[in-house]
Amino acid sequence: MSLDSLRLHTADLSLKSKLQRLNLGLLALVFAIACVGFTALYSAANGSFEPWAYRQIVRFVVCLGLAVGIALIDIRWWYRLAWPAYAAGMLLLIAVEVMGHIGMGAQRWINLGIIQLQPSELMKIALIMVLARAFHAAAPEDVKRLSFLAVPVCVIAAPVCLVLLQPDLGTSLMMVMAGGAMFLLGGVSLWIFGAVGAAGLLSLPVIWHFLHDYQKQRVLTFLDPSSDPLGAGYHITQSKIALGSGGLEGKGFMQGTQSHLNFLPEKQTDFIFTLWAEEFGLFGGLFLLLLFAMVFGYGLWIAFRCRHAFGRFLTMGLSVNFSLYVFINIGMVMGLIPVVGAPLPLVSYGGTAMLAACVGFGLMMSAHIHRDAKLPKM
Amino acid sequence: MLEKDTEKSRTFTRRALLVGAGQAALLGVLGVRLAYLQVAEGQKYKTLSDKNRINLKILAPSRGQIVDRFGVPLAVNQQDFRVLLTPEQAGDVPAVLKILRRMITLSDRQIEAAIEKAGKVPAFVPVEVRDNLSWTDVARLEVHMTDLPGISIDVGERRIYPFADAAAHLAGYVGAVSKTDLAEDDPVLRLPAFKIGKSGIEKLYDKDLRGTAGAAQIEVNVRGREVRELTRQPGRQGARVMLTIDADLQRRVQERLAAVKSASAVIMDVKTGAVYALCSSPSFDPNLFTSGLSAEKWEELLSDPAYPLNNKAISGQYPPGSTFKMITALATLEDGTANKYTTVHCPGYFLYGGDKFRCWKYSGHGHMNLEEALRESCDTYFYKLSSEIGIEKIADMARRFGLGHKTGFELKEENSGLMPDKAWKMGYFGQPWRGGETIVASIGQGYILATPLQLAVMTARLVNGGRAVRPWVTGYVGDIPMHQNDWPSMNISNEHLGLVLKGMNSVVNHPKGTAYDSRFQSGEMTFGGKTGTSQVRRITTEQRLQGVRNEDLPWKYRDHALFVGYAPADAPRYACAIVVEHGGGGSSAAAPIARDLLAMTMQRHPAARVMRPDKPARDGGPVIPPRKPGKPEKNNEEDGS
Repeated sequence: MSLDSLRLHTADLSLKSKLQRLNLGLLALVFAIACVGFTALYSAANGSFEPWAYRQIVRFVVCLGLAVGIALIDIRWWYRLAWPAYAAGMLLLIAVEVMGHIGMGAQRWINLGIIQLQPSELMKIALIMVLARAFHAAAPEDVKRLSFLAVPVCVIAAPVCLVLLQPDLGTSLMMVMAGGAMFLLGGVSLWIFGAVGAAGLLSLPVIWHFLHDYQKQRVLTFLDPSSDPLGAGYHITQSKIALGSGGLEGKGFMQGTQSHLNFLPEKQTDFIFTLWAEEFGLFGGLFLLLLFAMVFGYGLWIAFRCRHAFGRFLTMGLSVNFSLYVFINIGMVMGLIPVVGAPLPLVSYGGTAMLAACVGFGLMMSAHIHRDAKLPKM
Repeated sequence: MLEKDTEKSRTFTRRALLVGAGQAALLGVLGVRLAYLQVAEGQKYKTLSDKNRINLKILAPSRGQIVDRFGVPLAVNQQDFRVLLTPEQAGDVPAVLKILRRMITLSDRQIEAAIEKAGKVPAFVPVEVRDNLSWTDVARLEVHMTDLPGISIDVGERRIYPFADAAAHLAGYVGAVSKTDLAEDDPVLRLPAFKIGKSGIEKLYDKDLRGTAGAAQIEVNVRGREVRELTRQPGRQGARVMLTIDADLQRRVQERLAAVKSASAVIMDVKTGAVYALCSSPSFDPNLFTSGLSAEKWEELLSDPAYPLNNKAISGQYPPGSTFKMITALATLEDGTANKYTTVHCPGYFLYGGDKFRCWKYSGHGHMNLEEALRESCDTYFYKLSSEIGIEKIADMARRFGLGHKTGFELKEENSGLMPDKAWKMGYFGQPWRGGETIVASIGQGYILATPLQLAVMTARLVNGGRAVRPWVTGYVGDIPMHQNDWPSMNISNEHLGLVLKGMNSVVNHPKGTAYDSRFQSGEMTFGGKTGTSQVRRITTEQRLQGVRNEDLPWKYRDHALFVGYAPADAPRYACAIVVEHGGGGSSAAAPIARDLLAMTMQRHPAARVMRPDKPARDGGPVIPPRKPGKPEKNNEEDGS
């Protein structure tokens, strides 16, 4: 306790000192990744800012401003807001579910004018905040008890079930993975993970039974792309041809024949990495992967410097969430995992992923700026 | 406490490093996979990519025609040949364009635009240099193709409006797809040079006219050059839209209206509601919009005080003037306040609440009954009647006859007009209705506004036995009929309607009628109607004493001339409404035109022939024909170079 009282109270931080503590390095990385996106979108439109690059730049500027705003707000506010944010996220999820039943079609999003917001994206962040708060308060022996874990498990299960109802298998799996990562960080015994994993494997046939036909098709196509050369397998085959033909140095800016001759579907959204790597080759692709690696490194660095458990858990959780997108998207376009409609955050054309990523970075930076804050145990 | 915190923190650090290592490992997997694809297997994929590949190409469907009730085309498609230039094959773009310029006319702007476009797109994407090539141009280019590297000819479609300005407002026109149109998710919208409906029927039925895109699998080489077509799945041609319009009548009406500076007219069937002609003059040539409108011409259309771009027949709103008197008469008759014996003495004015309301005839009409009051358009008679029943009953009757709200006509440019009452004035001005305003309203002045279409509907309902007919212009979309012709009765006494009809008959056919000079001289045909003159700006008593007449005012302050009519007089089938903007008096400016329009209508008698629905080949109809012009037989068109 005596040590605590010696600590600098972050509440006393002036705006100026907060701005000085702002992670300019992280902001620069985010900006660099977004620039890769602008370049690729400019090329995807055959050398035009319309219709994609221009709007993407506008969105990025707005979202980046929002991230800085979030970063400047005291971490204790975010601590307090964890449960309300979770409750709001649940209400939004239920709202889209009910609207879908009332007859507005299977909508997964709410239109906010410049972007279409998917409540499940915000829910992921709220979920990480709540879990960070739960593990912040937990003592080491708590996490060994299964009874303690009941609440966090329910906290994950509720939104996962709602998202499954939409039905959006990909997003619910990502929620489970992000939640699992929080448990891992919290110190839950490794044997529990082993047991859950084994149970999951055993239940695969049951899950298979409940999958929609198009989802089954995607898995089958992934296992044997040539079985469906003009369907989903066609996308992957074309994506691999585009990537592979890029070679070491790429075909050059705006000269990606596969992308520009429309062999490549969705080149401005899900397959943007393919376009980038076709035109800039292995060097360009590795450069982008390196930028992502530096972002993850930043996550670790912020987590280690943070003096409160909430900030540490929050930062690592958000970093894992961000990296899941990267792995799933790039893994998909390279034929490592089945086709799922997942964008490459900050690069793909689209508002929701951009907003979610920037909110996440805002919270990480808030944890960094207010790394010395004193947070209650409950 | 502290120890526990340290333990927890240590666990976290260990696990966080574990997670970080996991992230690094996965990124490593991605990196290795990328290197494997691009380096180890790179050569294989490069070969695959260089081989001829199958590309999916969207084929634009042929846009449906717009035709009149007899199948006469109002909007059709014409083959349009375009010159394309592929920068990569051209090499020196300006040089190729210079050679091209010796063979076809190219403006400096077109050359500059082509060079600019060529610099922006990837080198293998063709850019359009010029469209609308003539047959000779195409032939000449085909001959010299070897001297023109990178030049190719592409065939597309262009929308042609054979009736040019005569049906411009009705048929509308097509234009390039704008950014807001792209919100709709139809792949054909993304085709370069694709056009969609921008106004009128073209816009209203755009989705039906557009059809569905086809697709062709094209084998292309790595340069994007088409090698051959593998399969072709034709799209579906757009549906033909058949209008109730009689195109020939429409053109004649438009020509007749051109005699005055600005006017609009509607001719419709009083029984079915079918519109036979809907004209707004001056008009514009929609063909200019599809072939590229010059900035000067556009500016000229916009700045014309007669608003050629507006469809005044449905969007122009005018005080109906004396054409409103039938409504006042019917409201009073139906209320029971007046009957056919009711007479009013007109001394040339009517005193109400200490104010003097002038009749147009200063010397007065003397004793008037209803028929005479309509015939001679005596204002005092209607002042008196309205002062007895009040505005609410008049407004109610006007609304039953289609005034004050949209008629439900298909075109969205329609305006609702205005029928004021007490609630409206309180809501709009926050002031109570004054009795004097009822007096003014009784002769269609004051706040009342009506569109020519509404006036035609009002007339149709007056003369068809009181049925609530509504106007419509779309007969068939494809082979689907768009309207029914049964209209409910409005429950208005036939005796009262007969009285009003008798008055309207006398307007034209009685020597004292205000439109007697415009009657048919031959006597074979007859029509009835009502004149109207609506004030734009009041001529003050002072000015009147100084001898200022309407003709002396600047054009835009002169009165509007109106006429609503029907024919034949004994068994009405056609109703017409005409407004001559700032034309002066209804009997001198509008009635003669109305007579001519009704004569044309009865001569054509479009109601006698029913519309025949289209029976198109609904599937597999022609898409853009992949036809190229044949080479000319003789090769004697050598250029002077």
